[in-house]
Amino acid sequence: MLLIHCPHCREDREEEEFSYGGEAHIVRPLAPESLTDEAWGDYLFFRKNPRGIHHEMWYHGTGCRRYFYATRNTLTYAILETYCVGEKPLVSASIVSTAL
Amino acid sequence: MTKTSQINRLSAHVCASARTDTSVIINFTYNGRALQGVAGDTLASALLANGVNVVGRSFKYGRPRGIVGHGAEEPNAIMQIGSGAATVPNLKATQVELYEGLESASVNGWPSVDFDLMSIAGWFSRLMPPGFYYKTFMYPAKLWMTYEHFIRKAAGLGRSPVEEDPDCYDKLNQHADVLVIGAGPAGLMAALEAAYAGARVIIVDEQAEFGGSLLASTQRIDGQTAAAWVDDTVAQLRTFSNLQMLPRSTAFGYYDHNFVGILERRSDHLGLCASAGSRQRMHRVRAKRVVLATGAFERPLVFSHNDIPGVMQASSVSTYVNRYGVAPGNQMLLFTCNDSAYQTALDWHRSGRTVVAIVDSRSTPNGEIMAAVAEQGIEVMLGHAVIEARGSKRVKSALVAPINAQGSRLVGAVTRIACDLIACSGGWSPAIHLSSHTGAKPQWDAAIVGFRPGSSLQQERSAGSCRGTYRLSDCLTEGADVGAQAAQLAGFGDAKRLFALPHIEEYGEHPQQALFLVPHTKRSSRAPSQFVDMQLDVTAGSIAIAVAEGFDSIEHVKRYTALGFGTDQGKLGNINGMAILAAALDQDIANVGTTIFRPAYTPTTFGAIAGRDIGGLFDPERHTAAHHWHVRQGAVFEDVGQWKRPWYFPRSTASGSVETIRAAVDRECLAVRNSVGILDASTLGKIDIQGPDAAEFVTRMYTNSYLKLAAGKCRYGVMLKEDGMIFDDGVCACLGDNHYLMFTTTGGAAGVLAWLELWQQTEWPELQVYFTSVTDHWSTATISGPNARRVLAKVCDDIDLDKNAFGFMDWRDCTVAGVGARVFRISFTGELSYEINVPAHYGRHVWETLMAAGEEFDITPYGTESMHVLRAEKGFIIVGQDTDGSMTPADMNMDWVVGRNKVFSFIGKRSLYRSDALRADRKQLVGLKTLRRSEILPEGAQIVFDPQQSIPMSMQGHVTSSYYSANLGHSIALAVIKGGLSRMGQVVHCPLADGRTLAAEIVSSVFYDPKGVRQHVA
Amino acid sequence: MKKYSGFSLFSNALSYHENWQKIWRSPKPKSDYDVIVVGGGGHGLATAYYLAKVHGIRNVAVIEKGYLGGGNTARNTTIIRSNYLWDEAAQLYELALKLWEGLSQELNYNVMFSQRGVLNLGHNLQDMRDIERRVNANRLNGIDGEVVTPERIKEIAPLINISPDCRYPILGASWQPRGGTARHDAVAWGYARGADALGVDMIQQTEVTGIRRQNGAVLGVETTAGFIGARKVACVTAGNSGVVAAMAGLRLPVESRPLQALVSEPVKPCLDTVVMSNAVHGYVSQSDKGDLVIGAGVDGYNGYGQRGSFHVIEHTLQAICELFPAFSRIRMNRQWGGVVDTCPDACPIISKTSVGGLYFNCGWGTGGFKATPASGFVFADTVANDHPHPLAAAFDVDRFNTGALIDEHGAAGVAH
Repeated sequence: MLLIHCPHCREDREEEEFSYGGEAHIVRPLAPESLTDEAWGDYLFFRKNPRGIHHEMWYHGTGCRRYFYATRNTLTYAILETYCVGEKPLVSASIVSTAL
Repeated sequence: MTKTSQINRLSAHVCASARTDTSVIINFTYNGRALQGVAGDTLASALLANGVNVVGRSFKYGRPRGIVGHGAEEPNAIMQIGSGAATVPNLKATQVELYEGLESASVNGWPSVDFDLMSIAGWFSRLMPPGFYYKTFMYPAKLWMTYEHFIRKAAGLGRSPVEEDPDCYDKLNQHADVLVIGAGPAGLMAALEAAYAGARVIIVDEQAEFGGSLLASTQRIDGQTAAAWVDDTVAQLRTFSNLQMLPRSTAFGYYDHNFVGILERRSDHLGLCASAGSRQRMHRVRAKRVVLATGAFERPLVFSHNDIPGVMQASSVSTYVNRYGVAPGNQMLLFTCNDSAYQTALDWHRSGRTVVAIVDSRSTPNGEIMAAVAEQGIEVMLGHAVIEARGSKRVKSALVAPINAQGSRLVGAVTRIACDLIACSGGWSPAIHLSSHTGAKPQWDAAIVGFRPGSSLQQERSAGSCRGTYRLSDCLTEGADVGAQAAQLAGFGDAKRLFALPHIEEYGEHPQQALFLVPHTKRSSRAPSQFVDMQLDVTAGSIAIAVAEGFDSIEHVKRYTALGFGTDQGKLGNINGMAILAAALDQDIANVGTTIFRPAYTPTTFGAIAGRDIGGLFDPERHTAAHHWHVRQGAVFEDVGQWKRPWYFPRSTASGSVETIRAAVDRECLAVRNSVGILDASTLGKIDIQGPDAAEFVTRMYTNSYLKLAAGKCRYGVMLKEDGMIFDDGVCACLGDNHYLMFTTTGGAAGVLAWLELWQQTEWPELQVYFTSVTDHWSTATISGPNARRVLAKVCDDIDLDKNAFGFMDWRDCTVAGVGARVFRISFTGELSYEINVPAHYGRHVWETLMAAGEEFDITPYGTESMHVLRAEKGFIIVGQDTDGSMTPADMNMDWVVGRNKVFSFIGKRSLYRSDALRADRKQLVGLKTLRRSEILPEGAQIVFDPQQSIPMSMQGHVTSSYYSANLGHSIALAVIKGGLSRMGQVVHCPLADGRTLAAEIVSSVFYDPKGVRQHVA
Repeated sequence: MKKYSGFSLFSNALSYHENWQKIWRSPKPKSDYDVIVVGGGGHGLATAYYLAKVHGIRNVAVIEKGYLGGGNTARNTTIIRSNYLWDEAAQLYELALKLWEGLSQELNYNVMFSQRGVLNLGHNLQDMRDIERRVNANRLNGIDGEVVTPERIKEIAPLINISPDCRYPILGASWQPRGGTARHDAVAWGYARGADALGVDMIQQTEVTGIRRQNGAVLGVETTAGFIGARKVACVTAGNSGVVAAMAGLRLPVESRPLQALVSEPVKPCLDTVVMSNAVHGYVSQSDKGDLVIGAGVDGYNGYGQRGSFHVIEHTLQAICELFPAFSRIRMNRQWGGVVDTCPDACPIISKTSVGGLYFNCGWGTGGFKATPASGFVFADTVANDHPHPLAAAFDVDRFNTGALIDEHGAAGVAH
């Protein structure tokens, strides 16, 4: 069971207070009508799903009810950082792989 | 006191170290036999004291089995404890504390464990090599279920209870700076140091008493007995207010981010059921640092017929003698490949029973303990091994032969030595289970002939024998160091040891020999069975066969032979099994690798894992303010999400019987259309939306526009997921400038709120808009029917209720029954309707006032079933019933609700133009009328065009809603049918399970008042 | 291949079982193959078997990074049923069920397919509407099934609690008598043995690290044992499908999630069927060994760790104790997790790709085991003919662009 640091509440809280929101930083196309079915389908359904570093959304549903982002290793489940919407991650897959 | 039955009980003066109290007799039964033990006994020690040899029969071959170990590693002594509702299957006798009146029974063996007919299977054991069932029982195919019936009957251990558990279980969430698991020497020192440094410490141990191996040790620590040192240390721990001790508590699982599950057995040592409070308690501990001090298991020696009762682990023999004051036999032969087991010979000798000989597989050991043994005149046979035990229900002798220095083959003649107990030690295996739960990969270390814990993936360190540190002085030092370091890493102290380490007299040791399989005169496939996993009857021969058949990975061999899959999870024989496999593959054990241990370390009660969240607490029940009024009226409820909603309100008839659902619903529906009904609509989700961008935001979420919705007005909207499929619907009202109230479906409320927050927070943070769930703030009574206005007028006099002044889809602030209210003139029945919202605390009062006001109109409470009928008469959809996550607004014939020209591309809009959404043959919502008007189509009936076709039939849709309409005098149904909107008037067919095929005509989905005049009644 | 039988068992017993034929060879990989199947789980092995058996394509290798059948094949709760809602899914799973019914004989390996029936419980009115709809659809698709009452459920599973007073009372169920369970390991081993006998090479402990392409078509795979050429590469790597797809520059609409399961200690027979409940989130059956085999839905987050969160196990056992109050005193022996590749519509992808000669079979989510024979059968056909098998056509990855999803969430739910 994960222990998640909510960047809004600034507390480590149990996973049960949160729900997962999928891959982070997917931007909704500004002009959906101009997209092909393929491009729209890609936005809707196709995900990176990496084995390793993943930027993802979490929702503090039974806490502050706010969404935030986490950089998490999907293999070890280690959460490397959490950050607010509008912020950029400090940790990325390329940084981690060079560190290794 | 009668001690006659306890033939193996040592007198207290022979065994001063025993933690048992022979002056307190405890009566218990075993397989119906009345026996006695003493205070401090486990069921196992008491059975051994009584000379019970056979405690079970083996799973596959029905072989008699005796007690082998003294703790979690025990494979054989599996017991059914107690009877009736509270019976517990599969407890290990070594872990059951004896209490007065305890009932125990072995789990296998028919008619009895002493004479088991299944042992016939043993005669055919050669026909049951590993995986024999994969190779047989295939022909004829239809007989498999018969074969399987008998296989199932033979399998299983104890019996499940058949009644509801009379006990309850609870949970405690805890935080710790340092969690110490295991209260042996290393754990005690770690806890002491960490507590002294000021950290909040929890120390747990699965046993009743702290001390671990020291409880059975004869070593002296600082000049006192080990047990006395334990008592002092525990007393010292007790002085710390920042330290919590949990005995009888098993850390069964080590989960992510230093979350550890601990099961505390609170009352199992007192009786079958808890006399008060919970039987067991789950501690859910989140620790900053964890110290694993879980000890080690003595490894068995694998030789032929090593499963005969009387073959035991050497350390277990010592434990029974030293700790429990029980000598499980008379003539002991000790078989070892290391120094540590020599202590068992000394312990046995001191108990006054005979050590026949020590058989040591090493040719030239010179450990210091050998001198102590020689002093006692005990014979030692060096370079020898026990290759086979003889006996049936008890060991009678051992076959001993000289072996070569590698321990790989015999180098001399076999001699037979009479004995009734063979104590064995194959060295030690660290208990790395919890470390392994974290995903750390165990590392083979030839120096300790065992797997050490892998490098930590969590915030933990191992200390003591669970990381292969076996000398007591080293365990104490390591425990202290790791405890101090853990505290420091958690923010306490400076990682330096504070306590002086005690002085210990220890023997210098000679290295052990790695002896995983004792050679026999015959090779393993032909030798009498050499058991590796006793609980599952896995032998060295079965591993050899698996390898010969081509299974060359440890996981395949484990799965093919079932090695390690028992309730002991192979704590004894797993390493032997891997080593035997490695040898068969001519590989190094490090390359063969280990398997990953999974939770639970020891079996963990379902009820304790479930805790209190069962029964009424399984999921919270949500009740409306008028709930108890509904109950008093005899309402029948349905579950909608977490809510209990009145389904219908059956009345008692004159004859005293209660209305059927059909009669009640007919009556309720007629009342609404002919006079007035009242519905508790409080459960609808309500979200208060405010902010300068509220209108823009709401417009992006719904398919239609709210930009021009004036204060005091309402609008019906549909929400799509981004894939274009209907997700929720409801009315949204403009309460004022920048202020809206959104109604959602009852079940969808939480999901819709999260959905709004998702978009606002992550995609459009620039929009200033705020959401508050107000579902529970309001209680809603909907009055509906031609007399609704008359009823409302009696209790509301501060607004103009004229049909034009307070028009359809308007809402007003007003006072109802003396309470400030919001009244919405919206309708889900097609009748004149008012949804009266008042603060929830006044809900019951307003409800009852409306009932009184409506009495002259025979106001009729109606439930969800009538609501469904009434709205279906109008063709109004219910999201989740008429839709299923694959329907667009167009499919629902609701294109009118889609603002295709809105500036902003609302959520889901683009998906409405994908090629599949534009197909002409999409399923579309239509009405159905059965050709025989009295027939009611079952909801969920599938629709075909040609009822004569053969199976598989081409299904064209299904019935989503179907009712008898008392207002119309015939049945009505809604359905989704491929291309349905262009098939009006066509006849379709519903082939039913009962053989009937009902025919129906496709009609408009609006059955009643198609022009919608009724809600405008004057 | 030497046949297994009671007679072979007896004759081998005479020679102390020392002369059994190896279940499969362990060959060194050849330099190239007609088809390389990436992934030696049940689906991959079945694909290889049917390529060789049905299509005569025998120059095939199965490349497995661990040991055969060691992924989800080894970790699932072995439930088999075909009572899916939509025609496309129902027909695929029904093909699987028909193949299961003869599989032990087909493979000459007893996969212990045990047709002890599957109950899917309904706890509220909408559940019951969905059950009616699904059972009606099943019947008209030629799939056995009926809607049963709580009383009938109690006859089938006597320890179940059908009291109307519990939090979510059981209102009824769908009952598929032909459903059941099978011995998961045996399925992998049986297919591997069968494929090996037809000439397929099993290459274990070898990881595919890259997919070599030229001019938009595959040339073969890079592996930890070097490059191996192939005309066609068929990827069947379940939870790792996204990782393998990335090797070919492709993305998939799948997310890998932990799916947990647990077993109790073995007890004497007390549950003779499979009981599943979407509404209270749990399912349970009893294995031939006596273990209660229990599972629930996927964990909430993406994860490749083969483990999930403890609170999911807590909720699962709450559900089981609700359904079977007598099981409360039984104990959990072992819990574990697999990595399941979930698709947005809870249906698989069996598809060609934009890369010539590269095929994917993935996205089975929580429902893969039961489909094993059909998955292999239709995928082998798709690979052999470079054209979707009729039953695979609807599962093309392109459906996520057109919108032609086959939404089985209702039928899959916690699914298995």
